[in-house]
Amino acid sequence: MEHKEVVIIGAGPAGLKAAKSLLDAGAHVTIIDRNKKLGGQLTKQTHKFFGSEKQFASFRGIDILELLVQDLGRYAERLNILNETSVVGLYKDKVLSCVKHDRYFKIKAKRIIMATGASEKHLPFENNDLPGIYAAGAVQTLMNEYGVKPGHKVLMVGSGNIGLIVSYQLMQAGVQVVALVEAASSISGYLVHASKIKRLGVDILTRTTIKKALGTDQVEKVVIWDVDDTWQGIKRTERTLHVDTVCISVGLAPLTELLMQVGAEVTYVRELGGNVPIINPYYETTVKGVYACGDALGIEEASSAMVEGALTGMFVAEDLGYTLEESTQKIKALKSELTFLRSGPHAEKIRTGYMKVGVKT
Amino acid sequence: MIEKTGVAPKDLFMQEFPADSDVLNDPKAIIECYKEIPCNPCETSCPFDAIHIGEDINKRPQIDFNACTGCGICVYNCPGLAISVRHLKGDKAVLKIPFEFTPRPAKDSMVNVVDRGGVVITTGKVIKVQDGKNQKQTALLHIEIDRDYIYDAITIEVPHGS
Repeated sequence: MEHKEVVIIGAGPAGLKAAKSLLDAGAHVTIIDRNKKLGGQLTKQTHKFFGSEKQFASFRGIDILELLVQDLGRYAERLNILNETSVVGLYKDKVLSCVKHDRYFKIKAKRIIMATGASEKHLPFENNDLPGIYAAGAVQTLMNEYGVKPGHKVLMVGSGNIGLIVSYQLMQAGVQVVALVEAASSISGYLVHASKIKRLGVDILTRTTIKKALGTDQVEKVVIWDVDDTWQGIKRTERTLHVDTVCISVGLAPLTELLMQVGAEVTYVRELGGNVPIINPYYETTVKGVYACGDALGIEEASSAMVEGALTGMFVAEDLGYTLEESTQKIKALKSELTFLRSGPHAEKIRTGYMKVGVKT
Repeated sequence: MIEKTGVAPKDLFMQEFPADSDVLNDPKAIIECYKEIPCNPCETSCPFDAIHIGEDINKRPQIDFNACTGCGICVYNCPGLAISVRHLKGDKAVLKIPFEFTPRPAKDSMVNVVDRGGVVITTGKVIKVQDGKNQKQTALLHIEIDRDYIYDAITIEVPHGS
């Protein structure tokens, strides 16, 4: 069994930033990611980011990824990257069981950072398993990473930032977005993203949802209908749209299965997207030496994931006995970045969620 | 209204224009960012210190039309594509808009110009396609239209799929 100092599970914005902080401090870092290319969701984010200069605002996600990876370049001798590797087990003695291609192996780590991110939620409706029905993130991967068009005519379900942004990216790829439906009474993502697709001809239908998909071998049509105050479909409001693709963008859930396996205390918080680990102010879970950051703690933006990752990396480095230059000021500055990222009206849900688990925002 | 459809009504977007239309005899950036979001590249990219947000990056941007030169740098730095530059020139108006589709329209070509609801309201002439490296793949299209459309025009129509 291999012994490692710090293992970070997940090479997205949180994991890469955590690695940077730890490497800056002098630690040896192993990053494990199941994908070939590092970057997590950044690999397909072709849009320019919000935030401030500190979180690379107005750079595209794919370019931020290059910057984050470049940042790690000079530490090659202390950095071990295990890509195309899945962590399939996590145990109390901080042993991870991993699978890379056909090889199974174990790693024992002094500290572990869970930067596992999130998975997409699905929506129950008739025929929701027909070919042509995708999660929005899957469509983004197909188009932006592999250059494959998912279809020709799309219904987007959900008006969060992902639904709005992927609609725009579908249009950039030459795919027609027939409509975007949202069951809530107003658009849930940023209005600027909504305006951007509306002016290009996409109708945004609030208080509307998908009733069923129709088709033999794949989606050929969908039926949408209005919903009432209790989210129930209203009879005789059904309309049929001709689409070959349905894109589901109804939220994300933190990936916390490994944390549950290791026995970390988790709790269900609707506002954070599902089961989230209880952490102390140093991002340590209830299992000593196992930390978590990014969307694994609650669904937010990549900008806050980067800041949380940087902070967690610093806390783990200090826990291991490394002394960091100007750590007090740096930690204070990062915390204040997080406070600002979470202080607007759009972050109200996040604030409520973190209050429930006792995390200071 | 805008929260349900994504379309800013006229009384809302007119508040972002200078009260005196003569101000638009020089090019000015018009910022249509109606809801507080944590974002400030418009402020930090402006070389003339004409856009203010402040320490709390959730605040909505405030523009000083006296300081704004209409250079268009904020237009391609805004991740929400929420800024355009507008300029009255005789019986014409020139818009500088962000554009992220390929192919780019050719210089001197005629394009359909749409309003905030996506309805074609007029045609315009592409007088310049600015696509510098520092724009990070957001082109700046200079579109000449009839001056009557200076408020209602927002972007150009893009083809819908194949």
